[in-house]
Amino acid sequence: MEREVSDPFQPDREAEHQMKQITVLSGKGGTGKTTITASFAVLAKNAIIADCDVDAPDLHMLLHPQIMETNKFKGSKSAVIDEAKCTKCGLCREKCRFDAITENFQVAPLACEGCGVCTIVCPASAVTLTERISGHAYISKTKYGLMAHAMLSPGESNSGKLVTLVRQNAKILAEKENADFIIIDGSPGIGCPVIASVTGVDVGLAVTEPTMSGIHDLERALQLLKHFNVPPIVCINMYDINRDNTEEIIRFCEKSGVQVAGKIPFNPIVTEAMVEGKPVQEYALGSDVAQEIGAVWKSILSVLGI
Amino acid sequence: MIVSIASGKGGTGKTTVAVNLALALSHVQLLDCDVEEPNAHLLLKPKVNQVKPVCVSIPRINEEFCNHCGKCAEFCEYNALFVSAEKVLVFPELCHNCGGCAIICPNHAIVEEKHQIGRIKIGIAGKAELVYGELEVGEPMPVPIIREVKKQIDRSKNVILDSPPGTSCPVIETVRGSDFCLLVTEPTPFGLHDLKIAVHVLKNMKIPFGVVINRAGVGDKKVYEYCKEEHTPILLEIPFQRRIAELYSRGIPFSQEMPEWKEKFQTLFNQIERQNTK
Repeated sequence: MEREVSDPFQPDREAEHQMKQITVLSGKGGTGKTTITASFAVLAKNAIIADCDVDAPDLHMLLHPQIMETNKFKGSKSAVIDEAKCTKCGLCREKCRFDAITENFQVAPLACEGCGVCTIVCPASAVTLTERISGHAYISKTKYGLMAHAMLSPGESNSGKLVTLVRQNAKILAEKENADFIIIDGSPGIGCPVIASVTGVDVGLAVTEPTMSGIHDLERALQLLKHFNVPPIVCINMYDINRDNTEEIIRFCEKSGVQVAGKIPFNPIVTEAMVEGKPVQEYALGSDVAQEIGAVWKSILSVLGI
Repeated sequence: MIVSIASGKGGTGKTTVAVNLALALSHVQLLDCDVEEPNAHLLLKPKVNQVKPVCVSIPRINEEFCNHCGKCAEFCEYNALFVSAEKVLVFPELCHNCGGCAIICPNHAIVEEKHQIGRIKIGIAGKAELVYGELEVGEPMPVPIIREVKKQIDRSKNVILDSPPGTSCPVIETVRGSDFCLLVTEPTPFGLHDLKIAVHVLKNMKIPFGVVINRAGVGDKKVYEYCKEEHTPILLEIPFQRRIAELYSRGIPFSQEMPEWKEKFQTLFNQIERQNTK
């Protein structure tokens, strides 16, 4: 389905006052992004939810979306060699910078980036590029609001482009529904899918944990937000597994002028809720974890001036 | 032998397994291929003796020769070039460095120039050699750095590759060419879901694999059921223990403080060797 969409990264002036985009990111994996995003989905009354972790999406296991619309994602192309025309001259192998052409002139699909260099260097015109379906994007209904999500086919590249598609879908939904928020669950790391998840949003919540790795990765995640001019806010998950490190994170954030919006304690109830397939905010509303996530949400609202 | 450590879900303990495995072996090389968020060096604290910049080639337009025909932009699959009547714009962060634009330009107006996207570091930690990469913050493409890290592979050693999370291109680049892959998961619905995706990838790539269950005791039993149904061997279980979590939080590989684990990691490696010669 072809649709005219506005660039999601250039907030248009009119919509800017109404709809706010929040991205939950972390740098390090497994710090609790999805747990927190799912709880935000419960807390935000009028939000669109976007799962932008497209190669290992987990949010659907807590929000149980019912898919209403599926779109094929043709994010990449692949070279195809016509064996009848191929003279095995080797020019394609020589010029391919991705080692995607094997010794017996087959295209290695996972290595091919679909650049097309082989098609222009082949003297026998034996190579063509074909579009391949490298994933699916979904628009779904959940009991907490509409959700845009996707699944990259295992092993595919171009996850950044699929993230962009998810965000476009979320933006269309937000406009249609007159939503107040788009809540975006990011993927770990700081590379292309994460960049595509944070550009142009109103606030980036960096979720960290008090470990050496957590601290190291938080620093890089905050640098990323700064690089793309996204206002940052931090929350420390499982803060009580190492209180000294928690103090260090707080000092580091103070020094960098970044607000620490909350300290979420370690509590096995988070895993219990996950096993039950429910957001903590619903499964254990009275728990210390749910209360602290509620406080983080309030801090985000105040950063957004709401 | 080259053993890669991957997961699918982030934060399941890849680096913990990679580091403790490296410490249990001799004549070993650990390559941290998570160049977006490298962490192995935080635990191993290596003495770094070599830093190499990693550059990619991006196009530079020689306006003197350019007649704005637009063939380069038309060719570029990544929209990294934009040609107007007066000017050609290059967007380095979109460029995949394929070199095609320089080949297609009929006026030879495009040359390639180096653009640094990160670095690799080579160091020594005890008996282990550590190689790790760092992607410059704001640069989108980790793969060229992973390739540079992997160029340091010394086949005469026991090689351990620590992969980034997920199942997309950086993971493929890391595990490609390894003799065996250890998938680290946790016994939770998220862990299982992402494990299944990772298994799918490895089966496609025809890389033999086994599972390590970290934080055993939390969550549910579904990961065990899945491994049984799929005939996937569970090669090691690391229990959920406050002590292990605390040591990790302080950046200490737990087998250093809990020496009984050193033997378990040695056994793990022997098991992999046996699986692999089957």
